[in-house]
Amino acid sequence: MLRSIFILLIGTLFGAGLAVGGMLNPAKVAGFLDLFGLWDPSLAFVMGGGVVVNFIGHRMVMKRGQPLFSDLFHIPTTQVIDKKLIAGAILFGIGWGLAGLCPGPAISSLLLNPQDGVGFVVLMLAGIYVGRVASDKIA
Amino acid sequence: MVIDYAGFTPLASLIGGAMIGLSALLLMAVNGRVMGVSGILGGIIRPAKNGGQQDGQSDISWRVLFLIGAIIGPFIVWYIQGEPIALTPVASGWMLPIAGFFVGIGTAIGAGCTSGHGICGLARLSLRSLAAVASFMVSAIIVVYIIRHVVA
Repeated sequence: MLRSIFILLIGTLFGAGLAVGGMLNPAKVAGFLDLFGLWDPSLAFVMGGGVVVNFIGHRMVMKRGQPLFSDLFHIPTTQVIDKKLIAGAILFGIGWGLAGLCPGPAISSLLLNPQDGVGFVVLMLAGIYVGRVASDKIA
Repeated sequence: MVIDYAGFTPLASLIGGAMIGLSALLLMAVNGRVMGVSGILGGIIRPAKNGGQQDGQSDISWRVLFLIGAIIGPFIVWYIQGEPIALTPVASGWMLPIAGFFVGIGTAIGAGCTSGHGICGLARLSLRSLAAVASFMVSAIIVVYIIRHVVA
């Protein structure tokens, strides 16, 4: 029960952070990606703030040996940089550039702007399914 | 390059980023999981065969709880700041589901998105995540360039 409450609150902090940082606004995301137009560097600060806090805290968390409510830290062990990784990332970037939405903000803004969000999210979920099936076949 | 000083929100974005970083840190500390939203969704839509928590707890429930929280979060910000969250779409009609499909299939094949590869992978100094971030940043910048400066 305590674990569930913690996870709900952590998700809430994440969604609130996206809103405060400006990540829920596709126009702001596109403004960040528009390097050759009127460029809004704000989202570099979102990324920077997030990475620095996580980087500093990560060592301290790892020192604890195991998570509070789980048996082990599930950390990706694969280091390979292959065509799959790059091709997937490029496809993701195309979608991100087209709509100014990546998965976190798409979910977080779903109820704020359902008329735009629902179609995006439903097809995003379909894409994740297809991508996972394809990924298993390629591997 | 011309900086959009009117739209530039360094302090709010830094604070928002720190909140996102803290949530990633806490999810690892509490649940031992990487806070990557595409991966969190993927585990619900198509659970890994041998995956799941080894501690006997559901692998689905934590994912659903996190996502519910992520939806609630902006409403709390809305309540505190006393005005709706700024949200101006850049795509409409069929472009939205098409973009969504690209985002979904791309993050599934590339094993991560802005949160998983960006916030979490970069903080672990993963070269794999750095390669992914560089790739999706470049392709997104090219797409926005084409939309705004070639087609338009």
